[in-house]
Amino acid sequence: MSALTREETEALIQEVLEVYPEKAKKDRAKHLAVNDQSIEQSKKCITSNRKSLPGVMTIRGCAYAGSKGVVWGPIKDMIHISHGPVGCGQYSRAGRRNYYVGTTGVNTFGTMNFTSDFQEKDIVFGGDKKLAKLIGEIEQLFPLNKGISVQSECPIGLIGDDIEAVSKKAAAETGKPVVPVRCEGFRGVSQSLGHHIANDAIRDWVLPRRDGKAFEGTPYDVAVIGDYNIGGDAWSSRILLEEMGLRVVAQWSGDGTIAEMEKTPYVKMNLIHCYRSMNYIARHMEEKYSIPWMEYNFFGPTKVAESLRAIAANFDDKIKEGAERVIAKYQPLMQAIIDKYKPRLQGKRVMLYVGGLRPRHVIGAYEDLGMEVVGTGYEFAHNDDYDRTIKDMGNATLLYDDVTGFEFEEFVKKVKPDLVGSGIKEKFIFQKMGVPFRQMHSWDYSGPYHGYDGFAIFARDMDMTLNNPCWGKMQAPWLKKDESVAEKAAA
Amino acid sequence: MANIMIQGSKGAYVFYLPKRDLEDNIVSMEFDTPEKWGGEIRLNNGGTYYIEPQAAPARLPISLRAKRLDAAE
Repeated sequence: MSALTREETEALIQEVLEVYPEKAKKDRAKHLAVNDQSIEQSKKCITSNRKSLPGVMTIRGCAYAGSKGVVWGPIKDMIHISHGPVGCGQYSRAGRRNYYVGTTGVNTFGTMNFTSDFQEKDIVFGGDKKLAKLIGEIEQLFPLNKGISVQSECPIGLIGDDIEAVSKKAAAETGKPVVPVRCEGFRGVSQSLGHHIANDAIRDWVLPRRDGKAFEGTPYDVAVIGDYNIGGDAWSSRILLEEMGLRVVAQWSGDGTIAEMEKTPYVKMNLIHCYRSMNYIARHMEEKYSIPWMEYNFFGPTKVAESLRAIAANFDDKIKEGAERVIAKYQPLMQAIIDKYKPRLQGKRVMLYVGGLRPRHVIGAYEDLGMEVVGTGYEFAHNDDYDRTIKDMGNATLLYDDVTGFEFEEFVKKVKPDLVGSGIKEKFIFQKMGVPFRQMHSWDYSGPYHGYDGFAIFARDMDMTLNNPCWGKMQAPWLKKDESVAEKAAA
Repeated sequence: MANIMIQGSKGAYVFYLPKRDLEDNIVSMEFDTPEKWGGEIRLNNGGTYYIEPQAAPARLPISLRAKRLDAAE
């Protein structure tokens, strides 16, 4: 099927909206748009960061997910207490595959779940005592932890516990940072506010800890912020930066430690991969510590080269030469990968629906493979994300914000993409519909996808999924049309 | 009143309003001298805001309180 025209796409949106009641239809219409590259500001075509409608299937998370799961969780040498009932922490435990180095349970705690396991009596009488006791027990059982964060679940805010007071007291006793985070799940419309709250907690409780202390810096110090090391992403990014001559002082929340975060105010530049979840802290550091920041994109050789040059442009000639050297070194390797996979993937069409940065960042990687992204959308983006997306997407492609289960299925049925990239909740629906699918949150248990090394894996995975022989076997042999029978007869 | 941030170097200010994800160039600022700085500011998108005139900040970006006079929406 060829690409849809603007009118066809608009008609498709109208058709999908048809099933909703009048009020819901009006609301949902604002979240669906046809991309128009001439639009400067996304709010003219799409509404985002609004409350999901009750009754539709949204794929969003909550503020707790944004804080504990995304920003704080991957800081490996801290213990993150899921403060409240046991479920929130247990069912999200270790699901994000942010890899780290260390001995779990001894000096790193990334995949473990610590919870205060609230019971009825804690709701009635308050859980502050339990929290204080829990922190004491943690200190005894895991003495090598470098700090504790208290991630509030919904009841904490509802019953009005004073976790700040408990944290301050515990911090004074242990001499380690104890960070209360007010990320109750009911705050905000999606995980996005959780990111913001978590950033604010880092700003207030972590960054000032080394203010005024000595730090032996170099002019080439950078911090990698917002790379969550899914399947090792941050590692395949870091080696490129180091190869071009930069010194990576901190890897935030992807194989990161609290000591690295505390040192970040001394770097020369902050490099932001996930703009949505980490721009707040970058802006804060720009104001307080005069550290410039920039976004970069390490998906696909074209964007990697672009980003390496953009990063190098902020440093002296040594780094600029380094960047060119790195690009030249990997260019033949990347060309070999493109030569291998492009013929197999050329012209295939992709629909994406992810969160954070991927709906726009991976477009370049698909284009390197000759594929086209025909629809993209964010779970929890704000207008500034769509501002950036509009330029990256082709004209007349679909944009959907906080898409509902129904809408997404209908879009896929009508647009008929060759590949859908989204999360685990969508995976089996589309696979049963016979559409090749990749999880773009967890890289479908593969990865890394960032950097040059990541692109090789990305290309292989896309080929593996799209050209899998199983897609030709979606129909039972006895239900196949006569032509195949005739073919056999002829043979 | 809203918390805003003004970024950029002299002559080319960028206005950032986190609550609205609004990041836009400032086309004009009523006072832009070292002694008196601020007043009514006009954005590229047509919105106008008011910040209390004050001595020019030593360095940017700076977080300020601003009053909305006329939003562009």
